[in-house]
Amino acid sequence: MPIVEAKDVSAHYITNVYGIEREVNAVDNVSLSINKNEILGIAGESGCGKTTLLKVLFKMINPPLKILGGKVEYNLNNKKFDILTLSDEGFRHIRWRNASYIPQGSMNVLNPVRRIKSTFRDFVGTHCRMGKREIDEMALEHLNDLSLPPQVMDAYPHQLSGGMRQRVTIALATILKPDLIFADEPTTALDVIVQRVVIQLMRKIQSEEKSSLLIVTHDMAIQANLTDRIAIMYAGKIIEEGKTKEIFKNPIHYYTQFLVGSLPKIGDKSHRISIPGSPPPLNNPPPGCRFHERCPEAEEHCKQEIPPLIDVGDGHKVACFKCTANERVVV
Amino acid sequence: MAQEKLLRIDDLTKVFITGGGFYRSRVVAVNDASFSLKSGKPEIFTLAGESGSGKTTLARIILGLIEPTKGSVKYKNREVTQISKKEKRSWFMKEVQPIFQNPFETFSPLKKVDTYLYDTVANYNMAKIGQSVKEYVNEKLGVVGLSLEEVEGRFPNELSGGQLQRMSVARALLTNPSLIIADEPVSMVDASLRMSIVNLFKDLRDDLGVSVIYITHDLATSYYVSDMIAIMFRGIIVELGPVQKILDDPFHPYTQLLKKSIPEPDPEKRWTEETKLSLSSMEKKEFQREGCKFAGRCPQAMDICTSLEPEGFFVDERTVKCHLYNNSN
Repeated sequence: MPIVEAKDVSAHYITNVYGIEREVNAVDNVSLSINKNEILGIAGESGCGKTTLLKVLFKMINPPLKILGGKVEYNLNNKKFDILTLSDEGFRHIRWRNASYIPQGSMNVLNPVRRIKSTFRDFVGTHCRMGKREIDEMALEHLNDLSLPPQVMDAYPHQLSGGMRQRVTIALATILKPDLIFADEPTTALDVIVQRVVIQLMRKIQSEEKSSLLIVTHDMAIQANLTDRIAIMYAGKIIEEGKTKEIFKNPIHYYTQFLVGSLPKIGDKSHRISIPGSPPPLNNPPPGCRFHERCPEAEEHCKQEIPPLIDVGDGHKVACFKCTANERVVV
Repeated sequence: MAQEKLLRIDDLTKVFITGGGFYRSRVVAVNDASFSLKSGKPEIFTLAGESGSGKTTLARIILGLIEPTKGSVKYKNREVTQISKKEKRSWFMKEVQPIFQNPFETFSPLKKVDTYLYDTVANYNMAKIGQSVKEYVNEKLGVVGLSLEEVEGRFPNELSGGQLQRMSVARALLTNPSLIIADEPVSMVDASLRMSIVNLFKDLRDDLGVSVIYITHDLATSYYVSDMIAIMFRGIIVELGPVQKILDDPFHPYTQLLKKSIPEPDPEKRWTEETKLSLSSMEKKEFQREGCKFAGRCPQAMDICTSLEPEGFFVDERTVKCHLYNNSN
């Protein structure tokens, strides 16, 4: 049974400034499930709704973001929680104990005027009944597991380097051993060497705790290196989903083909073609398939009808009329 | 001098001094850097390294924006620091043009993007008599795959990051430069548009004969696009040579570590062995270290490494600053 199941989620940013209403369809009819003990990656370019989807899955819905429909269910200890209708108080019990979140730019999220020690105390104290000393001991042990020196506890965030702050944030998110971890661009803005260490760390935590990890990043190389399954998003919709190896070896959607084909590799100087055009604006998305303006094979009905996400075998799902013309297994 | 160079950098050093009194500390941002770009044969030269390795400082010195502490930068055999203000405007700034990292910050959100193009033409007196400014601008926009219709009267927020970055390239091309210095031009651009910018640099080199200094931390794109590469570490160019030689078979232990840390976009080639990261709080100490700056992390460090700074040794078409390649011992 999947640990998270999202069905037909739509979330829009709705602003109303001086009577001018603007609506951005950041997430449009997305269905997604995360299985137990797997690493799922969400890939896509910036502004395609990756982060918004993650916000919906973690119930961080603040105006102007508004849910227009759909359902997100968590399966925790054989109990189902419909988190979008759950009260804030109810979700407080789940947050950090069962599900945690590593925010974007997480080297800059620590409170600059509090020592790391106090941050840990605030963090754990809110969710568990534990004394200061117990928390300190637990934090030290956890930091040690993540190969951070104990001196970190007494340091202020500015005394640590970017990579260390990143690891402290990961330590905070994982200290209560959650079943579910959401990570939003955890390695962007880090140097390659530090990036490698952070990725190894996340993989280690995941495999030790057998938890589920959802990782959002636009870096396809990280996706290839870390994830078990990938969902590719384009302009607010999931257009392809499947096992990582399948997506890289056998991409079906034209966008995915371009994306995988345009990646440069060391040791290969052959010419790479980039995708023509640029992504559509989300406040006024094109009708039909949202990729049709850039698609080399677009036909008349691509411009009018929205292609459904169709399973082409072994959990590999694609939303494209042309690619799935021969397969008629609607999920 | 046997051969005339487009750009020649010799023993360039830049020291930043911060604080005063007891808190005074020196950071050598660029340490004894030397390299050159061939004249006559345009090439793409990559400066690669982690953040804080001095790449941007080096670029700013070449652009004449900051003065070096020591050493010389010669552009077409003229010392850049010696060029008078007037001549800098009429000649040097036309010849050498920058492209910056974040296209959303390059353009002011309150100005229409096409005004940048007209201003550049006006400032450098570029349009020929009998040719209208708009025609000239349109011609340059055509080179980068845009047209004046697409951008005329638009504000930066109406264009995508890829389009804006093309605009910066078009703006740089207006003065017909021979050298473009691009500081992390693709790091803020989406994956699907990244290759279009990188391919654009290739076209500039092949069709227009413009040399490009491409500053990046992304070794995969630099392998794809460039001819020569310099790997910087803590202000020092540790390895310099043809890109295929260096990235296919790196010699310096730092380059080897760097290459190993790049994730490959291939799920069959995942990392299996663990790397150990030495604690990164020592960054500042590394800058001040005696001898080789990498010795603290180097798996092959010897006694000499901690005391004597290695010179450049020339091995297999490249210069490596590492004692391992000293032929005399």
